[in-house]
Amino acid sequence: MSIRNDNQTPTDEAQDIPAEVKDNGIEAKETEGLSQGRIVLRKFLRHKGAMIGVIVFAFIALFAYSALGIGPIPGWWIHNHTSSGPVVNPGGAPTWSLSEPFSLGEHPFGQDEIGRDNFAMVMKGTQISIMVMLIIGAVSLVIGTIVGALAGYYRGWIDSVLMRVTDGVIILPTIVVGAILGKLVSGTSGAMLGVVLGAVLWTSLARLVRGEFMSLREREFVDSARVAGASDFRIMFKHMLPNAMGVIIVNTTLLMSQAIVLEAALSYLGFGIQPPDVSLGRLISEYQTAFATRPWLFWWPGLFIILIALCVNFIGDGLRDAFDPRMKTIPSWRKMKKAERMAQKGAK
Amino acid sequence: MLKFILKRLLSTVLVLLVVTFVLYLLLNAALDFFWDLRSSTSPNIESLYESRRRLLDLDTPAVVRYFKWLAGVGGCAIGQCDLGIAWKSGQEVTSQLQGAIVNTIKLISAATIIAIVLGVAVGMISAIRQYSGFDYFITFVSFLLYSLPVFWVAVLLKQWGAIEINNFLSDPQIETWLPIIAVCLAMGLFWMGALGGSRNRRLITFAAATLITFVTIYYILASGWLQQPRIGIVGVVLIGAGTAIVMTFLSTGLRNKRVLYATLTVAGIGALLYMPLQYLFYYQEMNWLWMVGLLVVAIVIAVGVGLAFKGPDPWDTARTTFFTVLVIAVLIFADRVLQEWGRYSAHPAINNRPIATIGASAPNVAGDFWMANLDSFTHLLLPSIALILISFASYTRYTRGSMLEVMGQDYIRTARAKGLNERTVVMRHALRNALLPLASIIPVDIITMVGGAVITETIFGWNGMGKLFIDSMHRSEIDPIMAYIVITGIFAIIANLVADFLYAVLDPRIRVNA
Repeated sequence: MSIRNDNQTPTDEAQDIPAEVKDNGIEAKETEGLSQGRIVLRKFLRHKGAMIGVIVFAFIALFAYSALGIGPIPGWWIHNHTSSGPVVNPGGAPTWSLSEPFSLGEHPFGQDEIGRDNFAMVMKGTQISIMVMLIIGAVSLVIGTIVGALAGYYRGWIDSVLMRVTDGVIILPTIVVGAILGKLVSGTSGAMLGVVLGAVLWTSLARLVRGEFMSLREREFVDSARVAGASDFRIMFKHMLPNAMGVIIVNTTLLMSQAIVLEAALSYLGFGIQPPDVSLGRLISEYQTAFATRPWLFWWPGLFIILIALCVNFIGDGLRDAFDPRMKTIPSWRKMKKAERMAQKGAK
Repeated sequence: MLKFILKRLLSTVLVLLVVTFVLYLLLNAALDFFWDLRSSTSPNIESLYESRRRLLDLDTPAVVRYFKWLAGVGGCAIGQCDLGIAWKSGQEVTSQLQGAIVNTIKLISAATIIAIVLGVAVGMISAIRQYSGFDYFITFVSFLLYSLPVFWVAVLLKQWGAIEINNFLSDPQIETWLPIIAVCLAMGLFWMGALGGSRNRRLITFAAATLITFVTIYYILASGWLQQPRIGIVGVVLIGAGTAIVMTFLSTGLRNKRVLYATLTVAGIGALLYMPLQYLFYYQEMNWLWMVGLLVVAIVIAVGVGLAFKGPDPWDTARTTFFTVLVIAVLIFADRVLQEWGRYSAHPAINNRPIATIGASAPNVAGDFWMANLDSFTHLLLPSIALILISFASYTRYTRGSMLEVMGQDYIRTARAKGLNERTVVMRHALRNALLPLASIIPVDIITMVGGAVITETIFGWNGMGKLFIDSMHRSEIDPIMAYIVITGIFAIIANLVADFLYAVLDPRIRVNA
């Protein structure tokens, strides 16, 4: 079975506008006989920035979780983030050296003033930051989707109430509400912090899902489902939700990149992850005064925050391009030439 | 329209009331009002607890206390504000707020304006040169800026933007020219990418930009400009003429001689008035009222000159001269402020380390209007940069997206088909429509900026609202926190109302249904 892509133009209709023909010709050939999901996946896989993002992020996550292990499972790294040892280099400088032979030494990212291993701390911080980010993403995904779906589907007073609630959350900067909620759950686990921050960040998603549902509910397939006797719940989550999936996935991803920076900022201000737990933001906060004397303690956690946030941003950008039907991937110069030749051959 | 605004206002005020109620209860649960007594070993600890409980009225239920607090806030309507007391320091919240609000507005307004101007310009160029190297570069940079934690950047800024720069200023010796050459080449590449054109034009742009940057840096270093920074009459003439040419180029094109001569005339008048203004500044104690008055006079003169040149479209000319005079006015102002530089950095309180890393003003720097301004600017510099970096990225992305959408519209094709040149199409037809949605983004972004200011103010010790909020959170003082929430909330409501209003006024397609 082959489903044709809607927005393709037959190649022979506009011979005199070569650029358009070339674009559409290439696109038509590439998407012929593919389902919508396949087209999206294919576009995503071809997005260079997003693919680099996926690979780097997977690498960082794998590295962080395998180095220190998860819970009772031990990791492969010799130190852990709490125990201190003798300071190897003067001041705890990083022990890796580029000169022959290349070696990592015992503390490749250096040590702090009481000899804790910086690599272990950064890896532990990365673990927690990634975990908090995923929890925030999941929580705001659930809340945002449900609120948006109910508001957009039922309209009327449910819509007004839910949207006023959204207004109430949006009226203050996220960092302010985050700080208050962070303070409320301080002393409990990082997972709890993720849950409360997720309860702050869902608003933009709810608004977008609402808009999407408002336009979807006017479509014929919703009517036909209703005529067939489907319940409201079934219509919303079985028929409409899959059609809004693009908006939801893209915005949850972009929201997660905000989430990691927000978590770091709160931990920095002292309302996020509390000691003895480490997170990347808390590491920076703890060692910011050491910048002049022990810069490695400051550089590494910052670098990991930026890398993670950058990867997630690029993944989100790739997803947005992949889900956007108007978005055409610009073919390479060589492909354009080839299509031009093919078109000429066809004309002859 | 009025009915719509009132309805919106009422519903958002209700929302704000509910928000304050919920947050009051949450804060009550989150804050530990006895944190300083927890580790105390004093023998009368029980009575200390008791007095604290009485001080904060903790025996009454939180809901009742909320309404008591609300009554105090409600008093503001009849001129008797009672926002409570910061119990740790015993200060009244109203007195804490006064300086803080001014400081935050100072910080945010400067950063917002610069971020909008830069972001819109770069976003527009990025959209015009879609899929070019420049576009990819800007996209990457804006993603990077999104991902940067402000507090991390702030530490770097303190180190390299202040400490190292101050070291360099006190002893401007260059060890190696490599970084300077790299900067020159980067500037060359940037302008080459931004201006684009054929291969020859790009090469010329690259060479010119590199050379101009190099000559400027060389002049700054070789002439000892850094010890005595100034713009001077020569600078005002040169930069003024340059502005006139650029403004003409952007608005009507250099081929329109009438506009070119009009802007050049304005630049000339600016240069002629330079010396008399110096006398005025010398003999007359200045303040902001004077500044605004002078600016108004300058604008009147410029618009007058523009209209005097008549031509088929006098208001076009007047608009161009208006933008030119703004730049020249800022130039003359900056020149006068910079004249204080020598005295300012030699001041014992500054001790030749002019770029400040902390606070909103240096203590004990008594000086006139100009000195106070310079002091304020050196303190504003770093926190503003930290704030701008984030906002800049979102404005760039936003302008780029909306510009791309507009450029694909039919009326742009029509404009091109009419034979209008590219500048008119981009500046008149595309940019104006692309900027429309920005009216609804700016207020939202200002709220984000207020949030960003929380971190920035804390790091740079800037005594504003954000720092007040964080300090009060650490000290468990509920009243200042609530004051912060109310003021930020009202600010957000006003910003959103202005956005709706602007949008409805600017875009005739939007219908207001009350």
